[in-house]
Amino acid sequence: MAHFDLNARPFSHQWLNDRLAVDTLKRVLSTEYWIPKNINFLWAMGMVLAATFGVLLISGIFLLMYYIPDTKLAFDSVNHTIMGEVGYGWLWRHMHGVAASVVFLIIYIHMFTGIYYGSYKRGRELIWLSGMLLFVSFSAEAFSGYMLPWGQMSYWAGMVITNLFSLGSLDLNGLVEWIRGDYVPGQAFLGRFFMLHVLLMPLIIMALIVLHFGTLRLPHVNNKDGEEFDFEAEAEKWKAGKRKESKVIPFNPVFLSKDTFVLGIYFIFYFYLVFYHFEFAMDPVNFDPANGLKTPPHIYPEWYFLWSYEILRPFSKNAGLIAFGFAQVIFFLLPFLDRSPNVAPANRRGLFSIWFWLLLIDMIVLSVMGKVPPMGIYTTIGTVAAWTFIILWIALPFITKAEKTVRGHK
Amino acid sequence: MKELKVLAVVIFFTLVTYWGVEPYAHSVMHKHIEEAKFNNFQYKDLKPVAKGNPANGKTAFAACASCHGLKSQGIKAPMDAVSAASAYGVNPPDLSNAGAVLDEKFIANFILSPTHTALVKKSGMPGGMASKQGAADIAAYLKSIAPKEVKPKEAFEFACGRCHAVHYDKWTQIGQTPKTKSDIKTGVDLAKLDFEKKVGQYQLKLAGYLGKLPPDLSIIVRARSEEYLKKFVENPQHILKGTAMPRVGISKEGYEKVYKYLEEVGDPSKPKREAVGPWVIGFFVIFTFLAFLWYKAQWKGLK
Repeated sequence: MAHFDLNARPFSHQWLNDRLAVDTLKRVLSTEYWIPKNINFLWAMGMVLAATFGVLLISGIFLLMYYIPDTKLAFDSVNHTIMGEVGYGWLWRHMHGVAASVVFLIIYIHMFTGIYYGSYKRGRELIWLSGMLLFVSFSAEAFSGYMLPWGQMSYWAGMVITNLFSLGSLDLNGLVEWIRGDYVPGQAFLGRFFMLHVLLMPLIIMALIVLHFGTLRLPHVNNKDGEEFDFEAEAEKWKAGKRKESKVIPFNPVFLSKDTFVLGIYFIFYFYLVFYHFEFAMDPVNFDPANGLKTPPHIYPEWYFLWSYEILRPFSKNAGLIAFGFAQVIFFLLPFLDRSPNVAPANRRGLFSIWFWLLLIDMIVLSVMGKVPPMGIYTTIGTVAAWTFIILWIALPFITKAEKTVRGHK
Repeated sequence: MKELKVLAVVIFFTLVTYWGVEPYAHSVMHKHIEEAKFNNFQYKDLKPVAKGNPANGKTAFAACASCHGLKSQGIKAPMDAVSAASAYGVNPPDLSNAGAVLDEKFIANFILSPTHTALVKKSGMPGGMASKQGAADIAAYLKSIAPKEVKPKEAFEFACGRCHAVHYDKWTQIGQTPKTKSDIKTGVDLAKLDFEKKVGQYQLKLAGYLGKLPPDLSIIVRARSEEYLKKFVENPQHILKGTAMPRVGISKEGYEKVYKYLEEVGDPSKPKREAVGPWVIGFFVIFTFLAFLWYKAQWKGLK
């Protein structure tokens, strides 16, 4: 039993400290949570993601008050009630839609930052793995949310994606029907995707965010040079007033001040999109109500799924599914496929540098090819890009195994 | 500065991706349109007509009045919308606003040969109801009695509203949904049910006539681009071959009215969006500036 100051006034500092250890919490979570000093603005992407998730959560709560998960009413509840009748409903919807798209841009930047600086190995494997789990959860959250306005693209994307679960020639149609709760997307389908979107997936995401933060604690945040140093010793220097010599800074207020600045720039960009350039996140096709008798001429996922969609498309049914499955899991294996002990930026790692830029360019090519109709030259480019993706990952252990040790830091 | 270089790389790849999946992919997806087929509602393919005489047109209009009303001149339509649809497939429009919304040359050509002019296979309107001069006279008459200015919604009602509903504005193919009251004890609203039955009967006839029920246009401005809609209305067959949508012969001014109405209904938040946007962005500019000062203060002397 801890010592309680019985004379402390309720809710005074002492009173709270005795009961909640607020000083310790503050120290451990913010003022003495040490971050390397040698970082750039890419290190703020985690905070940008957390803020965007907050925007999604809050705007989602407002939308949830008026959205009706009924196949006959859903479309109008979004496009008429929320967009036209509810005060600022249009703002919440555009904020939600744009944030759902932009959050993936930031996730990809965050991921490629991690890959570039090698922030997924030598103690940081769980940071990467929990991050990948977050990526998958955000994908499920985005897909389930895309079903809710019950427009043409909701319906047909729902049809196509759930069809994947028949697993090609295995013809598991029973499984597809079980997932849909019907032969085709209908009320049961909408109801369960609504539940996933507003309850189960957000719960999982919030739990994973906590886990992701937790995995950072012991291995600490990486830095621009992948330099390993004694955080305790560097923290002591800081506390002793040697701020310039110390290689670390406290999360609050030093790291946070830079994060806040980056956040400000990000929000200018984000709200510019919300007010003046939201169309990219709200596909026109989805402003036609769902119609099971009328297939849209082009069915394509939102931009952030295009690269994996394109890995599915150029192949025959079964081979395509295997390639698609490969694309879904392969990023998880990154810490184990990279056989090099170097934790350093890609540009100092020889072949790995080429590997990194090729992967990035290849995924952009795949994304573009995933959207254009699969015909003529696009099919050829798509096929080459899909093979390139697969070959890059197969080659990764070999080129990293052969990698020379990076010595010293500049 | 190193950090700005990193930012430039991030922005570069973001923009390339954006360009690829948005403007580029959509330009590939959407069929190339022959610009020559469109000339801003001039209908250059139609023959010019002789100068019409409105007084003669007024007399000749008697032939039209067997199907069309002309409310502004005290001529009522001979049939209600549902009966007219049963007879012709679609309700012949009241022509009071025709001269204000349609192109005069188009009207005269349409009277002579409705299917050729509207670019459709069949039309409830019979051709050859007047001589070349008679058609020009009727067109001139309709132009002479038309109001100088019609409201956006009136333009829509005349040009589109007998085939397309706009249920976000309570517009049906047979007119505005009336305000009715339900019985307080039972919740039954017979007047509403009666109206809905009429709309249903009309829609069945219309769908039978056109092959399908034309889409509700409530949020068509979000579902199709401004450019697409304009071209589609000017020359439907050229955008969507085989469509039952006729070329309605709307004038440039008439189309602008129709689009204004569709935008008001389909994108009602546009004025608010434009009003609120600068304030929100202004807030974040100030926020960012203050955050920058804080950042500079915190990082002073650290490197």
